[in-house]
Amino acid sequence: MSSYMESNARERLRHLLDTGTLHEFLPPAKRIVSPHLEQLDTPVAFDDGVVTASGLLQGRPVLAAAQEGGFIGGAVGEVHGAKLVGLLRRAIAERPAAVLLLLDTGGVRLHEANAGLIAVSEVMRSVLAARNAGVPVLALIGGANGCFGGMGIVACCANAVIMSEEGRLGLSGPEVIETAHGVEEYDARDRALVWRTSGGKHRTLTGDSRRLVADTVEAFRQAAAEEMAACGHAALSLEELEQENRMLAQRLDATEGCRDPQDIWLGLGVADPSAVPMLDAEAFQRMAAQLRTKEDAGA
Amino acid sequence: MDVNWKTVADRLFPQGHAIVESECFLSGTASVDGQTIAVVGTSGHIAIGVEIALAQARAVLDTVRQHPGRPILILVDTQGQRLRHRDEMLGINRYMAHLGKCIELARLRGHHVIALVYDQALSGGFITSGLMADACYALPDASIRVMGLPAMARITKVPEQRLTELAKSNPVFAPGAENYLVMGGLEEIWTGDLAARLRAALASPDHQDRRSERGLQRGGRRLAARVAQAVADDADLPPA
Amino acid sequence: MQRLNFRFEQGEADGAGRQPQVVGVVSSGNLEVLIEPAALNGACEIDVHTAAVGFDAIWAAVLADFQQRWKLSDVRISINDVGATPAVVSLRLDQAAESMLEGTQ
Repeated sequence: MSSYMESNARERLRHLLDTGTLHEFLPPAKRIVSPHLEQLDTPVAFDDGVVTASGLLQGRPVLAAAQEGGFIGGAVGEVHGAKLVGLLRRAIAERPAAVLLLLDTGGVRLHEANAGLIAVSEVMRSVLAARNAGVPVLALIGGANGCFGGMGIVACCANAVIMSEEGRLGLSGPEVIETAHGVEEYDARDRALVWRTSGGKHRTLTGDSRRLVADTVEAFRQAAAEEMAACGHAALSLEELEQENRMLAQRLDATEGCRDPQDIWLGLGVADPSAVPMLDAEAFQRMAAQLRTKEDAGA
Repeated sequence: MDVNWKTVADRLFPQGHAIVESECFLSGTASVDGQTIAVVGTSGHIAIGVEIALAQARAVLDTVRQHPGRPILILVDTQGQRLRHRDEMLGINRYMAHLGKCIELARLRGHHVIALVYDQALSGGFITSGLMADACYALPDASIRVMGLPAMARITKVPEQRLTELAKSNPVFAPGAENYLVMGGLEEIWTGDLAARLRAALASPDHQDRRSERGLQRGGRRLAARVAQAVADDADLPPA
Repeated sequence: MQRLNFRFEQGEADGAGRQPQVVGVVSSGNLEVLIEPAALNGACEIDVHTAAVGFDAIWAAVLADFQQRWKLSDVRISINDVGATPAVVSLRLDQAAESMLEGTQ
């Protein structure tokens, strides 16, 4: 069983999809590289750090993208972002069973600054456009960079997020927060705190992640297939967004006075918050499923 | 640079407005050619945290529920996302996604959504408000950027001097409305009669995301539109 | 950054009709190797784009050794390197050649 975390983007996608069905768009041989990196003496990648492809997942047609976390932290530049946008536009035309986004990124590629920011915004709009065309979009998060910056927002625009314990999801990284407000505010070297704050288990408990899987490509594959099958209707609706608004308002009320994420878990009904980090994915999923209340937002 | 939102509102709405400010959160309505539009936004270079993201989303949802079809104007002035452990712990990315989805829903339901950056717009504070609108506009002196150059230099390990040098001639790095315009991020920069500009913008709704086309036309992003098309068509890049 | 180009004549293992392959990642201490068929009159061309400047002699030696092992013909190899050691470079090159010639996906 291959570790999802240790695999590179192309390996993840190859093993996620049914054997031999992966067909890549703008593959490395096309050499569509970033136009902005050379002037900064920064190496380019032939696929600009993202694999965009079609394939089958348990026999059903999907479109999928996998970010290469090793290349400039998986960050989004002009070409990288445009590949994602193109894939999502293709989804509107082709109506696959789902679009799978394997996210492993720090967000906007600072080397491309403005182009990166606009690109992430275009990805966001195209995720929602694909959903409104009836195509479910799933975000899979389990790489070393986690999913941060503007892409942390994009992930939450998907129909569902699937995470491993190793994955993290958020907006600002711990270092940025520590730099802004000091180590008392957020100690970036306290790994346990970082994972309690933005790791897969915490996000699954709060409902921002639909479910937790083990760190194997096979586990992500199975979960994606199940979420794909379970996705009722992909489009946004006023009712669901109003429900999500109420849930998010309630979250603010329920967590008043909570300093540590474990305080939140206690409030959610977790019997022994300190034991959560020790649970394996299966045991954790069983516990989390029991806690899941009807407030879980699906919008 | 400190632009007072009230001054901007007076220029935008000579017929009057009923916008209120509450802890840097702007909401209310205003009149344009006798038509009521909804206004939502921020002031005081506020850092966008979970509460204000939620409040903006609420205002958009209320408009969609109670006033179908009413145009929405987003007024943007922010220093970016709030950098606190609590916001991360609560999932500020989820709150921001929620706001972005609400704006998208408004668009889906036929509401014309436009945004105006009247002072500052940074990164995370901007991406789910101004950048989710049908079209984003800015005043000429608006400070729009991803991050300050010194911080960018630290993180990219590219010397600050080099970035500053490049920023002079390259719209990719340099902060500012002109650069976002040429890259397609902004539709137009508004000078002079803001009320007339607003009227014109409201008269031409466009729900498609044309920013990469603009970037190509204006020369600031020569690849984005073509790369997207190549992937969508499973073909080679179309000519520039 | 530095660009280097190498050409080795009279290869034997023919790349014609094979699928392009890519191995490796453009990350620190690593490299990306793109290998594909090319009409080169039986030669193998290797172009290197590297962040580690001034190692011309080492590249020449490593690539010559590689071509000794594989004797590729009508093949183009393109490399984006971020300071990988000679051992890692050789490993990636072997992986690339194997994946192309043995047709592994």
